[in-house]
Amino acid sequence: MLDLTDYGTSNFFQILKRRHPELLAALHSSNAPSNATVTEASFHQYEGTTVLAVVYDAGVVMAGDRQATEGYQVGERRIQKVYPVDRHSAIAVAGAAGPCIEMAKLFQVEVEFYEKTEGMSLSLDGQANFLSHLVRANLGLAMQGLIVLPLFAGYDLKQQRGRIFKYDAVGGRYEEGDYYAIGSGGKDARATLKKRYSLGITHQTALEIAAEALWDAADEDIATGGPDLIRKIFPILYTITQEGVSEVPEATVEELYRELISRL
Amino acid sequence: MSTPYYVSPEQIRQDKEDFVRRGIAQAKEVVVLEYRDGLLMVAENPRKTIYKISEIYDRIALAAAGRIAEYEALRVAGIRESEIKGFRYYREDVTAKWLTNLYSQHMGAVAQAWDAKPLEIELLVCEVGITGSETASGLQCNQIYHIAFDGIYSEEEKYAVIGGRATAITEMLEQRYTDGLEMPAALRLVMETFQNIEADTDTEDGYEIAPDTIEVACLEQTAERRRFRRLSTDEVTALLS
Repeated sequence: MLDLTDYGTSNFFQILKRRHPELLAALHSSNAPSNATVTEASFHQYEGTTVLAVVYDAGVVMAGDRQATEGYQVGERRIQKVYPVDRHSAIAVAGAAGPCIEMAKLFQVEVEFYEKTEGMSLSLDGQANFLSHLVRANLGLAMQGLIVLPLFAGYDLKQQRGRIFKYDAVGGRYEEGDYYAIGSGGKDARATLKKRYSLGITHQTALEIAAEALWDAADEDIATGGPDLIRKIFPILYTITQEGVSEVPEATVEELYRELISRL
Repeated sequence: MSTPYYVSPEQIRQDKEDFVRRGIAQAKEVVVLEYRDGLLMVAENPRKTIYKISEIYDRIALAAAGRIAEYEALRVAGIRESEIKGFRYYREDVTAKWLTNLYSQHMGAVAQAWDAKPLEIELLVCEVGITGSETASGLQCNQIYHIAFDGIYSEEEKYAVIGGRATAITEMLEQRYTDGLEMPAALRLVMETFQNIEADTDTEDGYEIAPDTIEVACLEQTAERRRFRRLSTDEVTALLS
């Protein structure tokens, strides 16, 4: 039966929480057992990832490796860590795979739900703020080691530029001006980006330094996957500009890595 | 104690139907028709931000004639239920047939309630078929469902019209509609049909059919996940020229 009483809220997360809490099991902090123990190890255990974003002159490039780890084993070789959200934004996730994918999916539905019910897109700042709430809602699980940390990037139609947002475990939202990388290999990727980045770089340069940063992260961090030339598995890159979000074709990514390897 | 008057169920139903018909008779029309690449939806609507046609889900759109406020509540409820179903299962499991049943049950219940006013709206729930499948059958092809105020619904083929002069417009389309029209031709057909019906209806305040007095949207058989697209006045003007 159609229930019209929810009219007026454009917040899908609230509706699910009230009407179908079972669908939010992983993202609902009240579901976390109260005797959660926090250990240093549990915070780092699942962070087998490097995802990054780089601002360039016409927008922003977002990239992520493809490997998921399970302890010291490779859990999955082709996992997707970067997801388009609406026409001008994308989210990349680091942390425990299950809750990560669920958060990305819920966030995408939320933004689209807002757009359809209100008849206009949620602003980039609005999206970034809403993501804070989702991260905070996951705090209970994060305390047990099932942390989800997103990196959010998009093209701001009002400010006419690419923007990047990073988050902490309690939902703090921080804007980064030029580039950022998170995950177990995030620090290594950031080191490369720091050396190679300069203001107003072109799209091609942004793709090149994103690919190189992921390469260096995979080189230093055992939980980050590099390009797999035998299985033909390459990192996923997205470009976000005024025209929208588009995935960088696999052939282009392969070319980027062949060129990079030839220079080594 | 006074004796309640007896009113026969037939009489109650007839009264409600008359009440709704009077409301719908005032409503401007919405036409949905199949064209080569999907479904085209056109409404007589001079307003810029209040729509009669809207996106519900990836392949589903909703059009209505009648009271905007009542349509709006159903539109938002439809988006919500669709998103919940898609989130629970899979996006392709959300279908126009399922949504039509949901609306039908609701509208039927309201129409039968003794203490409620029936909804003064008619709906068209449309779903575009799956890309490139020429041999598509059953639920894979384009679907148009027409829901009356009392929840009774029917499946329409090729085109459907709702609103006060729906019967007259359907008759005009019957004579002129052909399969496989391209979008500009399909749009022109609806524009001309609207112009003819406006010419036939003699009113002092004649409604002029122009790109800025109609609302146009389509469901395209493209590879994109979201197939609903609203056409701007400029795009409509360009298509017609």
